[in-house]
Amino acid sequence: MADEPDYSSRVALPPRTRVAVGGAREVTESLFTSGDRKKKIQGTIFLGLLLFGLSIALISIAAMITWAFVAGGPRLNTNLFTNVPSVVTPENAGYRTAILGTLYVIGGVIVLIVPLGVGAAIYLEQFANPANKFNRFVDLNIQNLAGVPSIVFGILGLAFIVRGPLSLGFVAAAGSLTLALLVLPTVILASREAIRAVPSSIRDGSLALGATVWQAVWRQVLPAALPGILTGVILAVSRAIGEAAPLLLVGAVTFVTFNPSFFEGGYSTLPTMIYSYAKRPQEELQVLAAAGVVVMLVLLIMINSVAIYLRNRFERTW
Amino acid sequence: MSETTTPSTALPEISVSADKVTSVDTEPKNTFELRNVNVFYGDMLAVKDVSMAIPHNQITAFIGPSGCGKSTLLRSLNRMNDLIPGARVEGDVLYHGMNMYGPKVDPVQVRTVIGMVFQKPNPFPKSIYDNVAFGPRLQGRNGNLDDVVEEALRGAALWDEVKDRLKDNAYGMSGGQQQRLCIARAIAVQPDVILMDEPCSALDPVSTGRIEDLMVELKKTYTIVIVTHNMQQAARVADRTAFFTVLANDETGSRTGVLVEYAATTKIFSKPDDERTENYVSGRFG
Ligand SMILES: Nc1ncnc2c1ncn2[C@@H]1O[C@H](COP(=O)(O)OP(=O)(O)O)[C@@H](O)[C@H]1O
Ligand SMILES: [Mg+2]
Repeated sequence: MADEPDYSSRVALPPRTRVAVGGAREVTESLFTSGDRKKKIQGTIFLGLLLFGLSIALISIAAMITWAFVAGGPRLNTNLFTNVPSVVTPENAGYRTAILGTLYVIGGVIVLIVPLGVGAAIYLEQFANPANKFNRFVDLNIQNLAGVPSIVFGILGLAFIVRGPLSLGFVAAAGSLTLALLVLPTVILASREAIRAVPSSIRDGSLALGATVWQAVWRQVLPAALPGILTGVILAVSRAIGEAAPLLLVGAVTFVTFNPSFFEGGYSTLPTMIYSYAKRPQEELQVLAAAGVVVMLVLLIMINSVAIYLRNRFERTW
Repeated sequence: MSETTTPSTALPEISVSADKVTSVDTEPKNTFELRNVNVFYGDMLAVKDVSMAIPHNQITAFIGPSGCGKSTLLRSLNRMNDLIPGARVEGDVLYHGMNMYGPKVDPVQVRTVIGMVFQKPNPFPKSIYDNVAFGPRLQGRNGNLDDVVEEALRGAALWDEVKDRLKDNAYGMSGGQQQRLCIARAIAVQPDVILMDEPCSALDPVSTGRIEDLMVELKKTYTIVIVTHNMQQAARVADRTAFFTVLANDETGSRTGVLVEYAATTKIFSKPDDERTENYVSGRFG
């Protein structure tokens, strides 16, 4: 209904966010296009470029994975998942508390970013008047925030969440909040793109049948945008899982021998744990770090599979 | 963009079946009566000073060059314009004698009584069944809607073609079928009026013919207002035709749509009173 805003002049987004935004749009649009020829040719060229980029990425990943399996090989057993960390007895040390810590932190991130990110996207796309100065200011800042380095969010988390106004202390909830702030712009931008890719005729069609704006958004626009939104969330969560730097600042302390909880006690996560093993000189700890990379890969694949399964379910709602 | 909705106090005066309504200040046989209607987008006057009566159970066509405000005026008949920031209607739009822009009227309720079919078929990315059931479900009917869906699809002359694939995605249908599905979807909420904004402009001649036949059938039950680019279409289906044109103001550069002539279709196409109408329908302009 409102004029298409001009997105060519948009602030440069960091690559991760661009991928999330582009993916969200593609997935949604594929619902509405039965395919015209020009688009198909463009699509083929684009696909070729993508495959080229993908092959480079795949080769690097394959090299990394191979290294992780070879270097970590001696330690790949179930102890790795069930034992607690230790530098004194590295041959028995494992990642249990770090795995749990990552699950806690990421669980918290998901709980925070889905409602906040999608809610903000719905507001900005469907309710906010784009001519309004305040809305334009918010819009610009979300785009800028997506480009802020993660360590800055770590400092922010330390000053405002661990200490300062929230004063949660060095707990898993502080890690969740910090990472949520870090990836929220990506989720908002990807969700907006997915929502915007739903043709306005869908919304108008609903309204013309006597839907309120809210009903049109909730029953038509959002379900149509959901696969795209989920794509954005998956990419954001994948990023959050791998972050170590900001977590080091908000207390993901290294050697936790007890299972974590949200609001009390120290916690650790896989990336911070791997980092603290890898920086030590002992040979056994290097092996342990490499094995930790394998653990993290397994965890990532598991979480992403669940998300992709969910997305595919939503894509087939008829 | 947002609007206040108070469904409980909504439109008490509007009844779904129009013949039951006893109107106060218009002839009962007119569904709409427009008096000195101006429509603005922000400061821009898009349609100026339109007065016309749209009769019940007939097809009324809006024709005219593009940009003359046909769609704008059509959208003001079911308050779809309310959803465009800055859009504003002045003057009286009476629906069965009642001011449609009165303070107690709920625009959401208006749109359940006055349905709309758009230029490009816009089925929802759902099954055929769910498309038709969407309107009734909005009204809180959550039980078995098989009968409602069948009746609406029959009403839109689509039932025989889709009865075996109601669970299929509506996007698998042809353009003409999609547009008839949109008509079925509108019928399913049991409106009194169906507004159609160039419903055939994206369709092939065969599909267009079927929709035209359907319109003639539908006018027994509904009042139909259609915007069309296609003059033959207006001549074929419409009982009355309104010709609009654009007046350009050279000083301000603004362009405003005005109603030139409104009469029985036969008169508009054979011996119109206004020279501009004659030029337009004979193809010499626009
Ligand atoms: N949403 C809108 N916002 C601002 N101006 C609009 C909008 N829709 C239409 N207009 C303007 O109103 C005038 C009439 O448009 P429209 O009603 O679409 O004409 P028609 O349907 O006869 O081609 C045009 O000058 C058009 O630019
Ligand atoms: Mg138009």
